[in-house]
Amino acid sequence: MSDPHAPHADHSKHYIKIWIALLVLLMVSLVPAIIAQQLHLNITGIVVVTAFAVAFIKAYLVIKHFMHLTIEKKYVGFLFLTMLAFMLVFVGGVSPDVMKHEGQRWTNDAAKKVVDEGMKAEKAGGHGEPEKH
Amino acid sequence: MSSSAFPRPIATTRSATGISTGKLAVWWLIASEIVIFGGVLGSYIMHRIGHPEWASQAEHTNTWLGAFNTIVLLSSSLSAVLAHNAAEMKDGKKAAKFLWFTILGAATFLVVKSFEWTHEINAGLTITSHTFWSFYYTAAGIHGLHVLVGGIIMAVIAVDAAKGKDLQRVEAVGLYWHFVDIVWIFLFPLLYISK
Repeated sequence: MSDPHAPHADHSKHYIKIWIALLVLLMVSLVPAIIAQQLHLNITGIVVVTAFAVAFIKAYLVIKHFMHLTIEKKYVGFLFLTMLAFMLVFVGGVSPDVMKHEGQRWTNDAAKKVVDEGMKAEKAGGHGEPEKH
Repeated sequence: MSSSAFPRPIATTRSATGISTGKLAVWWLIASEIVIFGGVLGSYIMHRIGHPEWASQAEHTNTWLGAFNTIVLLSSSLSAVLAHNAAEMKDGKKAAKFLWFTILGAATFLVVKSFEWTHEINAGLTITSHTFWSFYYTAAGIHGLHVLVGGIIMAVIAVDAAKGKDLQRVEAVGLYWHFVDIVWIFLFPLLYISK
């Protein structure tokens, strides 16, 4: 593949090919969601995994071919990795409290109550009911 | 001090770090944006996993409008990179033309979003109705604000680019725009597909 930063070279065709690939990937992420919706199938796992796998591939294509980050000075990439590391520290530190509602020596009764009431409302067909605190 | 002493905005074109300073500033801006959007999206993901009952709220988002807006943003990213391509070839008029196409994409995105939000708010799905909707309006709202600001900055740059002035800015605003596109690439499955 030619260097997209070569001086005065026209790379329009290359960019259009990447755009077409991005649109095809969007369709790939939509198909399982549409099938699940139309046939009332409970394949949430497949739908979510496909959608996020496709999202990462799309993001990679945009970063590599539109932003040209892979041929930028390396410290820019390290700068972004540092920011992502900050995010991982944040999520790692907070997630046990937010994602779990009980542990060995603690329980979050308020959160458990909200989840239980929400699940009951969902089973009873109460979509869209406002949250009660 | 006469203006001839500083005929060009040196800070945007010099490259003490190996990258022109204007472009480096945009990379730093994007780095700060990673933390802003990462914080919101990370919080949403953690809450969503901890609250399976939110699925009943997510069912109300319109997947088709989300997909349409994804096509709009991916296409506007194409026109942004084509503008950069034209700027590299020193064709300011062509670069400006592609920037205006990108602005058209930004405007289309915001019109669709307004339509979508109006429909949802009229249905009682407001920012205070449920924590899911608090995240939805916050994440999509911050993103929409970035689309609006990007469109305005791009219009200023397009006017200059058409005169062949400061063409290096075309790449800089394009980088910002591609980042806005990437944020939406992740917002789409989070808010419109995970149901």
